[in-house]
Amino acid sequence: MIGADAIAKCLIKEGVDTIFGYSGVAIDPFWNSVGKENIRTILVRTEQNAGHAASGYARTLGKTGVCAVTSGPGATNLLTGIATAYADSIPLVCITGQVNTDQIGSDVFQEVDVTGAAESFVKYSYLIRDVKDIPRIIHEAFFVASTGRKGPVLIDIPCDVQLQRISDFDYPDDEPKMRTYKPTIKGNAVQIKKVIKVLEYAKKPLIIAGGGVFLSNAKKDLRKFVEKHQIPVVSTMMGIGVLPTDHPMYYGMVGNNGNSYANRAMRECDTLLMVGARVADRAVAAPDMTFDGKVLVHMDVDPAEIGKNVGPTIPIVGDIKHIFADFMDAEFKDRHETWVNMLDLYRDSMKEEHHSSPDFVNFQAFVKKLCTAMKDDAVYVADVGQNQLISCRNIIMKDRNKFFTSGGMGTMGYSIPAAMGVKAAERKTQVIAVCGDGAFQMSMMELATIKQFDLPVKIVVMRNEYLGLVREHQSREYDGEYNMVYLGSDPDLSKLSEAYGIRYIKAENMKDIDEKISDFLSDDSAVIFEVLTDPEENVI
Amino acid sequence: MQKKVFQLLVDNTSGVLSRIAGLFARRGYNIESITAGVTADPRYTRITIVTDGDDEILEQIEKQLSKLIDVRDIRVLEPDNSVYRELCMIKIEADAKSRQGIIALADVFRANVVDVAPDSLIAEITGSQSKIDAFIDLLSDFRILEIARTGIAGLQRGTEGVIWLEEEDPRY
Repeated sequence: MIGADAIAKCLIKEGVDTIFGYSGVAIDPFWNSVGKENIRTILVRTEQNAGHAASGYARTLGKTGVCAVTSGPGATNLLTGIATAYADSIPLVCITGQVNTDQIGSDVFQEVDVTGAAESFVKYSYLIRDVKDIPRIIHEAFFVASTGRKGPVLIDIPCDVQLQRISDFDYPDDEPKMRTYKPTIKGNAVQIKKVIKVLEYAKKPLIIAGGGVFLSNAKKDLRKFVEKHQIPVVSTMMGIGVLPTDHPMYYGMVGNNGNSYANRAMRECDTLLMVGARVADRAVAAPDMTFDGKVLVHMDVDPAEIGKNVGPTIPIVGDIKHIFADFMDAEFKDRHETWVNMLDLYRDSMKEEHHSSPDFVNFQAFVKKLCTAMKDDAVYVADVGQNQLISCRNIIMKDRNKFFTSGGMGTMGYSIPAAMGVKAAERKTQVIAVCGDGAFQMSMMELATIKQFDLPVKIVVMRNEYLGLVREHQSREYDGEYNMVYLGSDPDLSKLSEAYGIRYIKAENMKDIDEKISDFLSDDSAVIFEVLTDPEENVI
Repeated sequence: MQKKVFQLLVDNTSGVLSRIAGLFARRGYNIESITAGVTADPRYTRITIVTDGDDEILEQIEKQLSKLIDVRDIRVLEPDNSVYRELCMIKIEADAKSRQGIIALADVFRANVVDVAPDSLIAEITGSQSKIDAFIDLLSDFRILEIARTGIAGLQRGTEGVIWLEEEDPRY
């Protein structure tokens, strides 16, 4: 057995069934060994998308996604995928080939110090120098990626280490014993008691739910608690879907792009529970001002997030699922009925109606119609830009729907490869990628992957010939002087679709839009749905 | 702004020092000095970092450092229950005439003269930073050619807070 065989065996032991990636000489021993195992390999068309696809896969199944690429340019192309996963705490194990051990540091062909380059946006990285370390390092990598605050782990493996003989292969079954890594899982009992006490006397309690709720698989637990005590919930962008959007206790998304009634709830509450949310700058612009005079409870598995942007009254470090299990055990009377009534009033009276030019598709209305028509368990993947903000503000989530987007990094071109990852994880699930014409052109090379590997993703391209969100910014900040934002009207998407053998639908305005949406979603095939929107329309 | 001394116990892996220094650099924290050396247990390295910032920054530094996978333990060395020492070597221009004066000064500060050349000598002094500063100050009558300071290393007083490493499972 050689090192590469051992890696493949380790991946099988970790339950890996799919790897996204790209080949190259430095990673070829690995692919050769993986080819002998029962692992599905998906060849993306550029390495960055291997990271995004693995991210979509990980978010769908709640397990660690795996991607592998070659050294040098392969590794640097993957960096954006890694950083995107890091910003949203998505568990990935990223494997990169490396030049031979004795060549490291001498600037040989396709050599790059990828562990150094990725240092600030991986949870941890390894450079394997000894073939004997392979089982331990891979075991640790999966453990580190998927525990505590999740995130990408990078393993750089020189080609000669992949080819070296390994005499005895023994994969550890138990949890790795890492001397220096012990994430806090269970919330401190004293702190939990304090929170219960606070909730009991709160007149205006509010929960802000973030992506951490999904990462700790605590969606159901949160819902049970919220329903038991009738506590209103708002979400961050990463938290969309924690409750169905029509749930009586759900009051929209906060943030400068959020729903106005959600932001109002956040301003007026007296007790705020931040659950797996990090109060990032786009969610709360001036945290000190917003939270002044409120009881602030911050629950996060990452102690470094607590107090980073705002100093909480009660911090709880731990896994959200565990914390809510403890909350459920506590009995207390809630007394905030008038607050709920008030929020209902806000929600009903502050409904945002959006009017746009009748010459184009009203994308706000389109998102609502699309969500209504999609399956109850469909996954909606939004890209970055105007399409993302409109999606977030108008999305309708049923209980089993999922919403993915690149929240922390705002990486354009995330939606299509991530949607492929969703399809690779669950072939039967309906997956819709919604992107603008900018992001589409950053990722359209993956249409070939979609076709070749039978990953029929539904793609909505919101086409306005601009990098819309930046154009909108320039229209405000630079008196409408547009620079570097006009994309033009090429390529012809109907011809492009034909070239890739993918079905194509186009909507120029709202005429017959319901029929078109229903046609778009009617079968299991990949479809490109080009939706023309007003180039001059602003969304913020 | 206040000064703080952090003591870290970290896994003795390749690249650990770069991970720690890199964290300071990319988050915009300041390192005044950093010293590192292997402990009695060769699996671990002890690092002493002197840094400054306001309370919020110092708290973030501590949390972000703790978050690094290689960091086993981090603590603040408070001045009243810790001992800090720094070593400093000073090369001073010295001919036969001025040599005696320098040696006399060094004696007062319990500094050692570790090298003598015809036109210079090297004094080595160990102690608190203020003692070293005072020594350098006094030498200003002479011509200082080069100074090399190690930055401080520190330990907490007493046995409280000692981590008994041998009780732990070895890495498999």
